Amino acid sequence: MLILRLLAGLLPVLVSLLLAGVAMAADLGSLVTNLTTGGFGDREAAINALAASGEARAAPILEALSAGRLYVRSADNLVVIGKQDGDKLALVDAVTGKPVGSAGEDELNRIRINNRLRGVIDDAVGTLTLMSPNPDMRRSAANSLFKQRSASALAAVEHAMAAEKDPAIKRAFGEAWASIVLASSDASREQKLKAIPILRDRGDADAFGMLRDAEASSDPEIKAAATSAATSLQQTLAVWEAAQNVWYGISLGSVLLLAAIGLAITFGTMGVINMAHGEMVMLGAYATYVVQQVILAYSPGLLDASVVIALPLAFLVSGAVGVLIERTIIRFLYGRPLDTLLATWGLSLALQQAVRSIFGPTNREVRSPSWMSGSFHVGQIDVTYGRLWIVLFALMVFATLILILRKTPLGLYMRAVTQNRPMASAMGIRTPRVDALTFGLGSGIAGLAGVALSQIDNVSPNLGQGYIIDSFMVVVFGGVGNLFGTLVGATTLGIVNKFLEPYAGAVLGKILVLVFIILFIQRRPRGLFALKGRAVE
Amino acid sequence: MIQRFLWRGLDTRLRLFIGLVLLVGIVPPLLNLLLPPSSPLYVPAYVLQLVGKYLCYASLALAVDLVWGYCGILSLGHAAFFALGGYCMGMYLMRQIGSRGVYGNPILPDFMVFLNYKELPWFWHGFNHFWFAAPMIVIVPSVLALALGWFAFRSRVTGVYLSIITQAMTFALMLAFFRNDMGLGGNNGMTDFKDILGFPVQADGTRATLYFASALVLALFLVIAGAVVGSRFGKALMAVRDAESRMRFLGYRVEGYKLFVFVLSAAMAGIAGALYVPQVGIINPSEFSPGNSIEAVLWVAVGGRGTLIGPVIGAFLVNFAKTYLTGALPEIWLFALGALFVAVTLFLPRGIVGLWGQYKARQERTKRTATA
Repeated sequence: MLILRLLAGLLPVLVSLLLAGVAMAADLGSLVTNLTTGGFGDREAAINALAASGEARAAPILEALSAGRLYVRSADNLVVIGKQDGDKLALVDAVTGKPVGSAGEDELNRIRINNRLRGVIDDAVGTLTLMSPNPDMRRSAANSLFKQRSASALAAVEHAMAAEKDPAIKRAFGEAWASIVLASSDASREQKLKAIPILRDRGDADAFGMLRDAEASSDPEIKAAATSAATSLQQTLAVWEAAQNVWYGISLGSVLLLAAIGLAITFGTMGVINMAHGEMVMLGAYATYVVQQVILAYSPGLLDASVVIALPLAFLVSGAVGVLIERTIIRFLYGRPLDTLLATWGLSLALQQAVRSIFGPTNREVRSPSWMSGSFHVGQIDVTYGRLWIVLFALMVFATLILILRKTPLGLYMRAVTQNRPMASAMGIRTPRVDALTFGLGSGIAGLAGVALSQIDNVSPNLGQGYIIDSFMVVVFGGVGNLFGTLVGATTLGIVNKFLEPYAGAVLGKILVLVFIILFIQRRPRGLFALKGRAVE
Repeated sequence: MIQRFLWRGLDTRLRLFIGLVLLVGIVPPLLNLLLPPSSPLYVPAYVLQLVGKYLCYASLALAVDLVWGYCGILSLGHAAFFALGGYCMGMYLMRQIGSRGVYGNPILPDFMVFLNYKELPWFWHGFNHFWFAAPMIVIVPSVLALALGWFAFRSRVTGVYLSIITQAMTFALMLAFFRNDMGLGGNNGMTDFKDILGFPVQADGTRATLYFASALVLALFLVIAGAVVGSRFGKALMAVRDAESRMRFLGYRVEGYKLFVFVLSAAMAGIAGALYVPQVGIINPSEFSPGNSIEAVLWVAVGGRGTLIGPVIGAFLVNFAKTYLTGALPEIWLFALGALFVAVTLFLPRGIVGLWGQYKARQERTKRTATA
């Protein structure tokens, strides 16, 4: 026992000796043991040593220390991380990360820290992953340092930069270095002048902000360099911002396209105003919700596939409801478009209330599958996977629909009935059946739109209402009876909307778009791509 | 001459109906004011408020009927004209509050103080005078209708396209009025009114007067609509409804007819809205919601489009059912409303009044066959 105590007393001395040269080489076990001994000053050195080690376990250990969850077990002096589990604490070996039973608070000694040490830990956690063997961790460490700009990390960054082999990460370290240098008051003028072009080449909004800050420098040379870099960066950024807006616009346009394309079929080919179209979208979204609930209950492993499974079901549900509506109501109202409008509006109210009665008025949560979450960058454009999938999905639906219309017998009949109903009938096409199928197809596509919208919008009974007017605008703008018109209309409106938003705000932008369409219809009452010839009247 | 013009449009049935409207306008307020609350014939104030609301709705329905039933323009934006009239009245009532608001600012309404306005927005000037606000109630909706109608009718936007445009218009207005920086109260709208023309809004006498005014205005609208419909102009209007192209080929300027009736109808809706606001005590952007416009169309459809009595009956019936059902069975109301839309379009294209006409015609026929 005496020897142990003696050792414990000597350890701080040993630690400082170690730090002098061989700290990097010290194994994790002794680094962790160092945390437990000596005064707060020694502990600070131990924290920095642990952080500089680049060990993967360093982060959880330091975080536990900061949160006051790092303990020494009285029985065997093992350093453990405790996690509250009922009355007791579930213990994990700090070094190996393996569970080592549980213990009460009284069997453990908490390793204490103060506020200053907490600050040291926070800095250290930022730097500790710089040396990690995992490239993703190094990259994210570089990025977080780039944003933190804490001068204390400068030495660590320089060290890591020198050791880095991967050119992309090396560059990220360089940028982090430049950002720290530019913010630091200690850095020399040469360093700052070297940092400015690095930030300019990074070329994003953060770098722009840093260069703008640097313009306040008292040194005229730095000021001039920062100003010229900021100006050139501003132009690059403007181009990227426009590109980003185009992407957002395409993304919004694809949503509009999905919502409007079914309408384009029912309105365009049958002349039927279906005010309940939005509710078909809503039904599709609720079908997705139900599918997901069933999967959660019976085979949670399939959760990632639930959206895909929901697609055909949503199509069938909405399509069946559509056929039902056509057979029971709409077929009696052909040739009376205004009455159809009123009847379908009434239907939409009833459908909303039905869903409200069954599922309740609150929003339902539909989870996104893992392959739809996350994002990536194309240059400075931020692209989320969810949006990308919806754009692709909209295009796929559009292409499929074109194929159905052009290459299948049903499509042929549909076009024939659109162009000349009496003639088609005389040729033996059963027009009532084609009507029902057309309506079902349009409604089914609305159901597909509902699956997509369930990923980005609240699934509530009012889901469809928000889209119905926009969808009509798209169809009217694009030109009735022309699917390509709908595509162009949806994309145009989406992009115009997104470009107006930064200047006018979201709501005013939307109003401006509505006013624009109202004025546009004055010029071209039949839309961008109007049908010509006898079919018009 | 004007008198003769107005009188000629009214057939006996319509005259009787106008008399009935006036009776409904005079008797309940008197019963409310003169009888003690213990009397079995006493009409409580809340009934007056409710029926007064229905009277305003009936005026709105009549306005919708004038364009839809007689000219074939299905406007899904009449709630916008109604709400604009209401907002003009609301602005006047807000200015009348003066320094009695929560913040006690003599010029700025409470919501402006709350939103850190330093001075009154330009469009609020003048609304402290009734002589300014009253014409605005007519002018603002009319100008909007004139602008929209002029563009739309000139480029021959008809049928469902026009319906969708009017719906987009009211939707856009709703979004606009929801914004706080419109300077019109944002999504809370305007409420807490105190005085109208110096009389307290909540007082029994004022309520009775507003109620009577609503009935009087409805009667007046019936007279005007009857005169318009009964005149040569009205005949042309219905011809436009039934065969627009033919009228155009015959040399009529169809746009002019449509525009006139559209603006007239918008002005009527605006006045109805202005009378509605002091009676319900609040105006907010949800009055613009497209659903409200379509509901007004339903009143007309239920009562009977293309008749003058129908919209009034329809507005009363549907709203009575709404008041009853939303109170007693709130779950059922939207089902009932939806079913009503479908049933009226499928089975009752001419509405209740049309049903009565059919019944009479059948009776006539059986009588004739019996005598023959």
